[in-house]
Amino acid sequence: MAEIKRGYVRPLDLKQGRIDLTHGSGGRSMVQLISELFAKHLGNEYLGQGNDGAVMPAPTVDGRAGRIVMSTDCHVVSPLFFPGGDIGCLSVHGTINDVAVMGAAPLYLAAGFVLEEGFPLADLARIVESMARAAHEAGVPVVTGDTKVVERGKGDGVFITTTGVGVLRDGVELGGSRVRPGDAVIVSGSMGDHGVAIMSKRENLSFDAPIESDTAALHGMIADMLATGADLRCLRDPTRGGLAATLNEIAGQSGVGMMLHEKAIPVKQVVAAACEFLGLDPLYVANEGKLIAICAAGDTERVLAAMRAHPLGREAAQIGEVVADDHHFVQLTTSFGGRRIVDWLAGDQLPRIC
Amino acid sequence: MKYIDEFRDGELAKNLAASIRAEVEPGRSYSFMEFCGGHTHAISRYGLSDLLPPAVHMVHGPGCPVCVLPIGRVDLAIDLALNHGVILCTYGDTLRIPASDGLSLMKAKARGGDVRMVYSTIDALQIARDNPQREVVFFAIGFETTTPPTAVAIQQAEAGGLRNFSVLCCHVLTPSAISNILESPEVRQWGTVPLDGFIGPAHVSTVIGSRPYEFFAEEYRKPVVIAGFEPLDVMQAILMLVRQVNEGRAEVENEFSRAVSRDGNLKAQDRVAEVFELRREFEWRGLSVVPYSALKIRQKYAAFDAERRFKLDYRSVPDNKACDCGAILRGVKKPQDCKLFGTVCTPENPIGSCMVSSEGACAAHYSYGRYKDMH
Repeated sequence: MAEIKRGYVRPLDLKQGRIDLTHGSGGRSMVQLISELFAKHLGNEYLGQGNDGAVMPAPTVDGRAGRIVMSTDCHVVSPLFFPGGDIGCLSVHGTINDVAVMGAAPLYLAAGFVLEEGFPLADLARIVESMARAAHEAGVPVVTGDTKVVERGKGDGVFITTTGVGVLRDGVELGGSRVRPGDAVIVSGSMGDHGVAIMSKRENLSFDAPIESDTAALHGMIADMLATGADLRCLRDPTRGGLAATLNEIAGQSGVGMMLHEKAIPVKQVVAAACEFLGLDPLYVANEGKLIAICAAGDTERVLAAMRAHPLGREAAQIGEVVADDHHFVQLTTSFGGRRIVDWLAGDQLPRIC
Repeated sequence: MKYIDEFRDGELAKNLAASIRAEVEPGRSYSFMEFCGGHTHAISRYGLSDLLPPAVHMVHGPGCPVCVLPIGRVDLAIDLALNHGVILCTYGDTLRIPASDGLSLMKAKARGGDVRMVYSTIDALQIARDNPQREVVFFAIGFETTTPPTAVAIQQAEAGGLRNFSVLCCHVLTPSAISNILESPEVRQWGTVPLDGFIGPAHVSTVIGSRPYEFFAEEYRKPVVIAGFEPLDVMQAILMLVRQVNEGRAEVENEFSRAVSRDGNLKAQDRVAEVFELRREFEWRGLSVVPYSALKIRQKYAAFDAERRFKLDYRSVPDNKACDCGAILRGVKKPQDCKLFGTVCTPENPIGSCMVSSEGACAAHYSYGRYKDMH
């Protein structure tokens, strides 16, 4: 058998290569583009932390040292309006969540709009109202913004970039590199709702039971979890690339493996059926209001209790555990009784033919 | 999910695994080829080989539509997209197949080609109706499962007077591929590929029925069990194959009787026969040129044949020299035997076609099973 050379990645072709769709879909190509191009030129010690938010020193707060968390997220969703939400509320929730999963209380948002010539004002009004509502409910105001208009055909209706700032209390240390073998892997609820809602709208499919996006701001539930004093190692919201991409990312950052149990992973019947139909795997489908929590094994029940007491975490469940593995594989015991890898996604999920 | 979960039940799987273990004769080895990529995928995705006794070996076959498509055919599609200004529609996995000059349809799209993924031929027809000023070509690939919808699309285009729609037909035939493997020297003369039986295709057989396999069972003395794509189907088929081998039988048995009959779908077969005829020969990746193994569009529907319409000339392009896809598709090698596997050839940068689709032997092993190679 040929020996498998670990760690070999063909470098980006910076002379002949071009950007294609795989560079934006949450797989290794995207990580490669970020590390070999963006991080190389733009990198600093904060960008290099590689988490959903950057942790920075801040001026003293109430006479004590505090830290600021800042994160930014571009939203280019199509369709702009989908069952359970729209690009407006999504752009608020997404950035709040990226700040909140660092353990910070989100404080302010900035929003940048790229609008396409000819885009209906009525639609824009709906989006902005939805943003305002989401920001109000979350208690995180949009304090600054910017708008640009591009020619017809040079955009896709509306693109929104939001940036969030939050403050991190002393003693809270969460991050992708803090996970250790033995830790418990927890999710806050069913996987794949958002992505399937989007795709069924895109493909113009309707199902007996409507599938709605799970878009929601998670900072309330996260605050409750932190308040238990449990030893939380890492929180993430499994957006693009789904559960699989997020866990592979953490496994790589912490240098560990994971063993998941298919039976324990919550997936709604209707989402599972739609995925079956569309040729997708729910573990790779995006979520916008779900949380992955990894905590010390001894604190699992405490964390689960706090999550289940919150409306967004009623179906919280432990889905696996962290194991020692030099290859950083995320593995799965199938409900059928076998074992397999849950790998990074190569580009977009494309339906098989047969 | 009703009608699906029943076929993924872990408890039943345990019982079947116990039956297989009990029936396997000591000292005997069993090698079965699952022809279809759908079965390859099910075996890897559900971790099915963990349930099998060590004496049972599964050999991956060539029944993966994107895997057997030669580079030259993808080049034709890319040429249409980049140089003829057409809207090129095709099925999902096809977009990533590596072609000449480091291109794929996905990369051609990034270079300005109008390439669109469709779920069905209905979508391709709709795109043609919505863009009357543009030429729309459906890049039709696949075995007998995907052939009837292409036939219907061509007939609908004719009936609807859709003049801007045509098909680049690359449909191939399952029985020809099975014959080719059974006739290969590795199986017939040298015996380097032990083959004790086949798991027959699921969806393909719903169309062609179980009758075409009877020839293989009789002529080559190889048992065939047609099985569905769910993991319990595969387990049950393996048990049936073990029994046939033990009893010295070589018959066609049908595990997938809920969908497959002896004659298959006659209506679909008629449509296919109306629109298509046999090509004298067709190049396959891995199996090279196989006589009477693929379909072309009949003269009657020549107006819908993209090869005639755009005067395309097929050029055979050799695979990368170091790539073992050919041997892997014939069951001669395993993915991990290839020097490129997991090094320069990964699902992100596939060199060979077997690394493209999750039905491909290499991609299935890389994405689901490579932890087994790490010690």
